[in-house]
Amino acid sequence: MNRTTLDLWVGFFVAIGLLALVFLALKVGNLASASMADTYTLKAKFDNIGGLKVRAPVKSAGVVVGRVVSIGFDSGSYEAVVMLNVDKRFEFPRDTFAKILTSGLLGEQYVGLAVGGDPAFLKAGDTIKKTQSAVVMEDLIGQFLFNKAQETPAGGGK
Amino acid sequence: MFERTLDSFRGLGRRVTDRVWRLGSAARFFMLVLLASATSFRRFSLTIREVYFTGVQSLIIILVSGLFVGMVLGLQGYDTLQRYGSSEALGILVALSLVRELGPVVAGLLFASRAGSAITAEIGLMKATEQLVAMEMMAVDPIARVIGPRFWSGVISMPLLAALFSAMGICGGYLVGVQLIGVDEGSFWSQMQASVDFRDDILNGVIKSAVFGAIVSLIAVFEGYDCNGTAEGVSAATTRTVVTSSLAILAADFILTAFMFRGA
Repeated sequence: MNRTTLDLWVGFFVAIGLLALVFLALKVGNLASASMADTYTLKAKFDNIGGLKVRAPVKSAGVVVGRVVSIGFDSGSYEAVVMLNVDKRFEFPRDTFAKILTSGLLGEQYVGLAVGGDPAFLKAGDTIKKTQSAVVMEDLIGQFLFNKAQETPAGGGK
Repeated sequence: MFERTLDSFRGLGRRVTDRVWRLGSAARFFMLVLLASATSFRRFSLTIREVYFTGVQSLIIILVSGLFVGMVLGLQGYDTLQRYGSSEALGILVALSLVRELGPVVAGLLFASRAGSAITAEIGLMKATEQLVAMEMMAVDPIARVIGPRFWSGVISMPLLAALFSAMGICGGYLVGVQLIGVDEGSFWSQMQASVDFRDDILNGVIKSAVFGAIVSLIAVFEGYDCNGTAEGVSAATTRTVVTSSLAILAADFILTAFMFRGA
């Protein structure tokens, strides 16, 4: 086999190898969608974040507008401090409501932003005042059982 | 009686020293290859020639087995996932298992048996026919001229082959999952994109496959260079290459996975 044919084959091999990597990066991975060029950071404090993870999506009206960058613990107020990176193109009113929601019954948890009506917008570094914690299944069941127990008259259970 | 017990200890000791000695000479050999690797890059046409033999000629086996592995993942994954009513997660299952584990590992195992054995047999035969000694006689360093290009060709080809394997596998999973079974196409791709991270999953897979490429080609060239220059010695060395590099890939995969995906 002469030199030029060999070079051609190797060039072809390297090209389709790199093409496969590009396919993996863009079509399979999140390189295309995750590269939110300009973001600003918001802070939100929650009583309980449940199973929220770093890199979880931040959604408003179901559209991904940002990602969770870090999760910390405030030892003063005993609250979880969640930093959110939000796309610069989107601005939210100052009275925006941050909730920790679950996609589907068993899906991943994300931060949902419910928009308020304040004319002023949140700026980089601001803290979202109004938050709602994640629903913890054990608390929910406990509450349900407690309510049921109150409904049934004392001693008259069937 | 006492002498026989002593003998058995002696045998054990010899076996252990032999192993350690071989490991040491492999490490020394690795350093020699690295030191001589300037030549493999300066005379890059030598390395390109080897990339043709190790990479291009492994293409068919990698592409076909990648496609079939992906198709099987699609079938089996769907079977399990639909019991929990989450067949849309098929894309995640196929993509993550291929990109993180199956792509690098299975491509590495195929590479070891397809290209690694060929490298060992070739170098072993060169040694048996005293071509390596002849080179030294002509003041040509066989490590720079023969070993280096073969080692680097493995390091270059493996990541590309593993990426091709994963890409083909995902296409196979798509064919079976979406076209044959009828999982929703939109959620197949979008859920996959939402949970496969470029840096954490794809880049780590590429790093893994490059490490496996280095392991396989180092073992292959070492076994070839170190073998007994007889027909028997070459065949034994070829077998050792496939066995040792397969085991080394699986062990290295565990270690790399433990470091890369511990937190995830």
